[in-house]
Amino acid sequence: MSSDYQPVLLGRVGRPNSQSIDTYLADGGYNGLRKALAMKPSEVIDVVANSDLRGRGGAGFHCGSKWRFLPKDVKGPIYLCINGDESEPGTFNNRVIIEQDPHQILEGIVIACYATGASAAYFYLRYEYGRCYRTLEKAIEEMYAKNYLGKNILGTGFSLDIHLHRGACAYICGEETGLIESLEGKRAWPRIKPPFPAIEGAFKRPTVVNNVETLACVTQILDRGVDWFKSIGIPKDPSNPRDVGSYGPKLYCVSGHVNKPGLFELPLGITARDLIDKHAGGVWKGRQAKAVVPGGISMGFLSASELDTPLDFAGPGKVGCLGLGTAAVIVIDDQTSIVDVLYNACRFFAHESCGQCTPCREGTSWSMKILKRIRDGQGKLSDLETLENISTSMGIMPGTTICGLADGAAWPIKNALKKFRPEFEEYIKSGRKTEMREVVGAH
Amino acid sequence: MSALSEEIKSKIRDHFSRYPSKQAVTLPALHMVQEKHGFVSNEAMKEIAELLELSPAQIFDTMSFYGFFRDEKHPLGKKRVWICRSISCSLRGAEDVLREACERLHIAPGETTSDGAMTIEYAECLGACDGAPCMLINDELKERISVEDVLAEGNATHV
Repeated sequence: MSSDYQPVLLGRVGRPNSQSIDTYLADGGYNGLRKALAMKPSEVIDVVANSDLRGRGGAGFHCGSKWRFLPKDVKGPIYLCINGDESEPGTFNNRVIIEQDPHQILEGIVIACYATGASAAYFYLRYEYGRCYRTLEKAIEEMYAKNYLGKNILGTGFSLDIHLHRGACAYICGEETGLIESLEGKRAWPRIKPPFPAIEGAFKRPTVVNNVETLACVTQILDRGVDWFKSIGIPKDPSNPRDVGSYGPKLYCVSGHVNKPGLFELPLGITARDLIDKHAGGVWKGRQAKAVVPGGISMGFLSASELDTPLDFAGPGKVGCLGLGTAAVIVIDDQTSIVDVLYNACRFFAHESCGQCTPCREGTSWSMKILKRIRDGQGKLSDLETLENISTSMGIMPGTTICGLADGAAWPIKNALKKFRPEFEEYIKSGRKTEMREVVGAH
Repeated sequence: MSALSEEIKSKIRDHFSRYPSKQAVTLPALHMVQEKHGFVSNEAMKEIAELLELSPAQIFDTMSFYGFFRDEKHPLGKKRVWICRSISCSLRGAEDVLREACERLHIAPGETTSDGAMTIEYAECLGACDGAPCMLINDELKERISVEDVLAEGNATHV
């Protein structure tokens, strides 16, 4: 099936002038919105809930349920926050669709706001995406000019404003309550939940936070229908009543040691092996994969023997990874030291821990320092026990931190030590130093 | 003399209607000031605080959380060059690009060349992993970069 699949989310990418509202309308754009506006808001929520769309930002939460968490008969404003803080290492799908097809996302935003009763949308965009910012600025202007935004949209009585809000280079702003704090002008310290944003979110008001790719899916579901969406992907597991399936297309980002890195839209559930061999041109230089990150670095690693794992919401968890995450697949070849790879991951999280919870602030920093020592040829075998200890002590799962950043920081450590332990032991015993020299000094 | 021009002050005020609180204009205001001056001075922080009806300490608290903003002791060069060092770029030679660029310019990451032409920084994942290694020049992306590409940004004559 996957080889015949025709991209929808990326359907307009690369076409001339794909960013403009005129080409978007000529291609049938805003048809989903017209259909939505002809329904009651609650019916739009039903459509999205029935599609079993799950959030594409990393957590995979059932989108319709998230919208239904909003209290009934709210007096005063409701807000939608769009999470465009895409920062998970290996992930770039939001950037491509925003740069190339902004109206597909903006249409999804208007639909989501109509469905949830939101009167304003705050598009939180990471600062690094300068081109996205300028593309969105222009696209939003076009929408106001044609009354897809503003007062009394298309004569329906529904009014909405979208505000672009630029971040300032902090990974933690991708955590939904960190994002809200940052939007409010504060340090991006995630909040203790409950209350969840649906009850008390941005500016103490009921708030929905949705990822960019999720909103692109909303546009397509309204336009093409629930049956179309559910004809793609992996159905619910009938033996597991809690499973909501993995329906719809997914944007898989492939990077690292492959011949053709890129963004591939495929039905949820393609295996890592097919993705690498059939779509990304295979591992480079005729080498083999040693490890593959299934969904952004915080999801951990697949070993070479686990490449037939389906990359749906349930697959990576079955082989010990944290989950599907952002479906950012990073391929690591067999000439690369897993010690260097894990050091890189730990350095990232030490840099990006917000510092609020001690187990994360200290745990990420010490795991980086321990790996640095191992790379300097000064490691001890007992360092591996310490790393293991750190990785099982920090996070929401052991119950020691407010947000999931620490679980994401712990997972690559857990997976690397479990799946590649002999390589760590051999490295430490040899006393050799890394060949990947790091720049000295830091800002 | 005021640290913020009338133009910036009025741009900051123009943002008030977008949000239910003035505090939410903190990041937009800091962006405006840093874009214009290459840093945010203590005086500018105080004036932002006055406009937003906050304590200067609240502005500093937010500003200092984001490594992005520079105080008056650490101004940026004319260009800010961010070289990605996260995993996908690292697997394709980014650490070598960053190290060699710094060595040839005689600066450490975060510092500015002596002629003020550019500040080099390391970045965490820039979201362009299919074009690794990559860098940002201010906020414009460049993919598949070499050391020469970095040095060319400053028209560097350093060797």
